Amino acid sequence: MKRTSWFNVTSLTLGFAFLYLPMIILVIYSFNESRLVTVWAGFSTKWYGELFRDQEFLDAAWVTLKVAVFSSTLATVLGTLAAYVLVRAGRFHGRTLFSGMIYAPLVMPEVITGLSLLLLFIGIGLDRGVFTIVLAHTTFSMCYVSVVVSSRLATFDRALEEAALDLGCSAFDAFRLVTLPIIAPAVISGWLLAFTLSLDDLVIASFTTGPSATTLPIKIFSAVRLGVSPQINALSTLLIAIVTIGVVTASIITKRAAVAQARDEQAAARTA
Amino acid sequence: MRRAILIAIPYLWLTALFLVPFLIVLKISLSDIALARPPYTPQFDFSAGLEGLGAFFSELDFENFVFLTTDDLYWKSYLSSVQIAGLSTLITLAVGYPVAYAMARADEAWRPTLLMLVILPFWTSFLIRVYSWMGILASEGPLNAVLLALGIIDQPLQIMNTNVAVYIGIVYTYLPFMILPIYSALEKLDGSLLEAAEDLGCSRLSAFWLVTWPLSRPGIIAGCFLVFIPALGEFVIPSLLGGSDTLMIGKVLWEEFFNNRDWPVASAVAVILLAILIIPIVLFQRNEQKAREAEG
Repeated sequence: MKRTSWFNVTSLTLGFAFLYLPMIILVIYSFNESRLVTVWAGFSTKWYGELFRDQEFLDAAWVTLKVAVFSSTLATVLGTLAAYVLVRAGRFHGRTLFSGMIYAPLVMPEVITGLSLLLLFIGIGLDRGVFTIVLAHTTFSMCYVSVVVSSRLATFDRALEEAALDLGCSAFDAFRLVTLPIIAPAVISGWLLAFTLSLDDLVIASFTTGPSATTLPIKIFSAVRLGVSPQINALSTLLIAIVTIGVVTASIITKRAAVAQARDEQAAARTA
Repeated sequence: MRRAILIAIPYLWLTALFLVPFLIVLKISLSDIALARPPYTPQFDFSAGLEGLGAFFSELDFENFVFLTTDDLYWKSYLSSVQIAGLSTLITLAVGYPVAYAMARADEAWRPTLLMLVILPFWTSFLIRVYSWMGILASEGPLNAVLLALGIIDQPLQIMNTNVAVYIGIVYTYLPFMILPIYSALEKLDGSLLEAAEDLGCSRLSAFWLVTWPLSRPGIIAGCFLVFIPALGEFVIPSLLGGSDTLMIGKVLWEEFFNNRDWPVASAVAVILLAILIIPIVLFQRNEQKAREAEG
């Protein structure tokens, strides 16, 4: 059935060109000597230099990183707990509301989430800044974590947990020694997802921040609102490079692990 | 007892930071704008007790919602959001389906790489991907330069700050959400079904239409919802790529809140946006449920 048809090759080429050309053009222009997109005035890395000398960008990057680390870690703990409750706790009073509150933030428009949290923070008189952004990001990303983790928990063989309990483990030890190692890949991808969502968020952070905390997306948005900025091109290139390296490394590691596992299984089959 | 604590932690967190804030929005949408901090009335006064509660409720009304129906801006924005989100969903389907189809037909050794190439943009900042089009679509940008050089146009096209740029932005940023579910539906498709159809005298085109398309329908529906739902409340794309005449409800809400500081109206806009979204969200859930049942 595997014919190389011109139609499929064309679709793939055009599709991937559409996905990647804009980013490639952005990277190229970040090395442009000129401030304008119209002219190519020669290769230069001066925008990168300007970017690193700009204290505001460095501060914003630091705030963003802090928010992302705290919120994704908190979201992973809460999200895993929520997934556990959803899959394992059986029936309890208000379960429907609980699962509704897990899924609703996934489809809630960001403007509404942001607006509602801001109104809450003002209502209870909380000073807005890094702390309130962390609360906001934790809330929506814990839902993503719990969806990722609960799909892993649902396919997991409960007999393993029961065996640990029968052999005298406490419920907590059974979770720590049996369940957690098995769902670990899902927990890690949940953390990564939460981390990226936090790094990326403009709308919710804009609503929930105060004058003391500016995140990188807020800074980028205010810089490009009125047009293209060469410094932002340089910053974007750096961010694209980091993500590309991360994703490619992760996929190579997973592939190697799969190959190694297949080899081990073969070896085991031979000895048996 | 321990079980109760385990349940209580995420439960209380979501109640405090998701449910309660939403109820506050609902309440403020029924309040009046006031020159005060915070800028709306009535405020709930705990010291007044039950009588205060009665007085509080009697001051709430639907004035803001009535206002939304009288001012053209709002219902035009709702209509144009639905139109922009709907049309760009169809364009995304038209662009995404052939890519997903070709991916599912590609050599098995290639598929993980192709899949990674689709997922990679998803990890890249959404804001940056939208921003990348600002330079390309500018009237003196590379797209116009290429079209002029090829002689296709003799004057630069004004694409930036129009609805066309908004369509391009939505299709571009949400394309992976369309490709992935369609791909996973098509990948499971049994090739012998197509061979059977061809053996029984179907042309390849009608085999596609009678076999492949219906079997990929759950993926198509899921993809369409995954694009349509977030596109409807989109803020970043219309505000960076759109013009002043681009009406999208996410942008209106933002401006109402930050520029006009009219919190009651912003809250009413939010409540209506959610009411519009509930229909596609419920349909999406049903579709997912059906897909799960069909598999299980």
